[in-house]
Amino acid sequence: MTVIEARGLRKEFTVRVKSGWLRRRTRVVAAVDGIALTVERGEMVGYIGPNGAGKSTTLKMLTGVLYPSAGLVRVCGLEPVPQRTRLARRIGVVFGQRSQLWWDLPLRDSFALLRHVYAVPATEHAGRLVHCRRLLDLDAFLDVPVRQLSLGQRMRGELTAALLHGPEVLFLDEPTIGLDLVSKQAVRAFLAALGAAGDTTIVLTTHDLADIERLCRRLVVIDQGRIVHDGSLDELHARYGSRRRLVVDLDEPLAAPLALPGVTVESTQANGRRITYVLDGTTAAGDLVSRLAEAAALRDISVLEPDIEDVVARLYTRQATP
Amino acid sequence: MAYRHLLGAQVRSQAQYRASLAVDVAGSVLFGVLDIVSVVVLFRVTPTLGGFGFAEVFLMTALASCAFATADLVVGNVERLRQYVRSGLFDALLVRPLSSLAQLMAMDVATRRVGRVAFGVVMLVLAAANAPVELTPARLALLTVTPIAGAVIFGAVFVATATVAFWWIESGEIANGLTYGGLNFTQYPITIYSALFRRLFAYAVGFAFVAYYPTLALIDRPDPLGAPAFLGYAAPAIAVMAAFAAGLVWQTGVRHYRSTGS
Repeated sequence: MTVIEARGLRKEFTVRVKSGWLRRRTRVVAAVDGIALTVERGEMVGYIGPNGAGKSTTLKMLTGVLYPSAGLVRVCGLEPVPQRTRLARRIGVVFGQRSQLWWDLPLRDSFALLRHVYAVPATEHAGRLVHCRRLLDLDAFLDVPVRQLSLGQRMRGELTAALLHGPEVLFLDEPTIGLDLVSKQAVRAFLAALGAAGDTTIVLTTHDLADIERLCRRLVVIDQGRIVHDGSLDELHARYGSRRRLVVDLDEPLAAPLALPGVTVESTQANGRRITYVLDGTTAAGDLVSRLAEAAALRDISVLEPDIEDVVARLYTRQATP
Repeated sequence: MAYRHLLGAQVRSQAQYRASLAVDVAGSVLFGVLDIVSVVVLFRVTPTLGGFGFAEVFLMTALASCAFATADLVVGNVERLRQYVRSGLFDALLVRPLSSLAQLMAMDVATRRVGRVAFGVVMLVLAAANAPVELTPARLALLTVTPIAGAVIFGAVFVATATVAFWWIESGEIANGLTYGGLNFTQYPITIYSALFRRLFAYAVGFAFVAYYPTLALIDRPDPLGAPAFLGYAAPAIAVMAAFAAGLVWQTGVRHYRSTGS
């Protein structure tokens, strides 16, 4: 079942540019420039891109906050802006910087209030709250006013707040931004469990690529308002030439350098007894290892998997310099 | 009712700062006192104002003050829309299954303004007793309904002017001009204003229906400007129209909401 559908989705903003002492010129900028996206029920999609790429703008159009300038968008079969309040009951939203919690009241009160806001039956609400309290370890700070919570505690509260009405889709805008490592891992583990249950579709934007590696099988990369990649992480690696590295420790330096297609030496250390090779995929790592074993006595081998940050950084710069 | 719970939460939040609340309530009463004092001072230098005596203008002022204070209590906080738009916090209201306007009103209700409303009601009772109001059932109804209708008219102005923030964030002065300016306008008989002012504020915005026409009906006096007598009872209808127009402006504004980065 399709949960999110967007076609030719576009959002323009007019910006005023100073062009003289008192004169302002207006310029139309497309923050989102024709996006097509289909998300099926239960999918977990990572939506990434550099600052200003249009990630948040897309999310805001999907959640009914912003009115699209053009194009079609349906979430849970509803038109987000005209049917905003109906949609709001079926989606959960965590915008890192915009709290859904009541600042001056204990966390517990916010949850109770949200039950009324979403008109959730008391037993359902209590059941979900118990679940979140256990998985997110909320008990220690349920009675603390939100303003006194640490960022990590607050984010766990926000996640709970977004889920108490049992949404079909959960939108998360930078859910791990600014969190310490422990909180990050708690949030990730929670989302992974939620995604694994399969009922909730999850779309998250992030700058933290560890989120993606840990959580999302599908990756949508946006740059300058357009989708530049939509597929699995492996496909991204394949398409943008991710390279694995092979580090070998030898008993003695090689007599002659190896010549294999697609294999280059990145660095040589310890007088030639440690060599780092970069493989572009033409020659398999195993072939390289067996060739090395013929040439010299191997002491140790390790394979370094491609780093997603690298791939994405390369992707961004490639887009920036056409 | 979700809104009732939102309102309760807001009152509890404000009660967290108890001393500050007490001072604010006292300050708010002071505003009400000033509304009345300005009229008293005025009549120290002139026996009549635009053809009306002190008792009549006092009644107008009390009606206007009551209406404004009520609107200020319930709707006045929409002026905080500016902060919501600037900070992007408005996003958080839009992802909930409730009206964004009603949430804004419930979530930011300024409890302290209760003081001014209470004082306004007391003044209204005094003014009605002081002016020669012959209390028929119809007039009694008029006396209770008029401040509510007036509050709706002021509320509509609050909403419509606050909505400007969707297009232009630095819009505070326009809003204040029409709302606080509106209070001053409605306190006095419209006969003292120039024709242009009257057309613009008394008729187009509907400020004449907050206090002026109802007062004429209450004291059973024909309009010196020749308006038909039934206008004294027209405030509720005008209020409905004003609320409807403000709702339209709000809807349009929300569609123009641009949010902020990230």
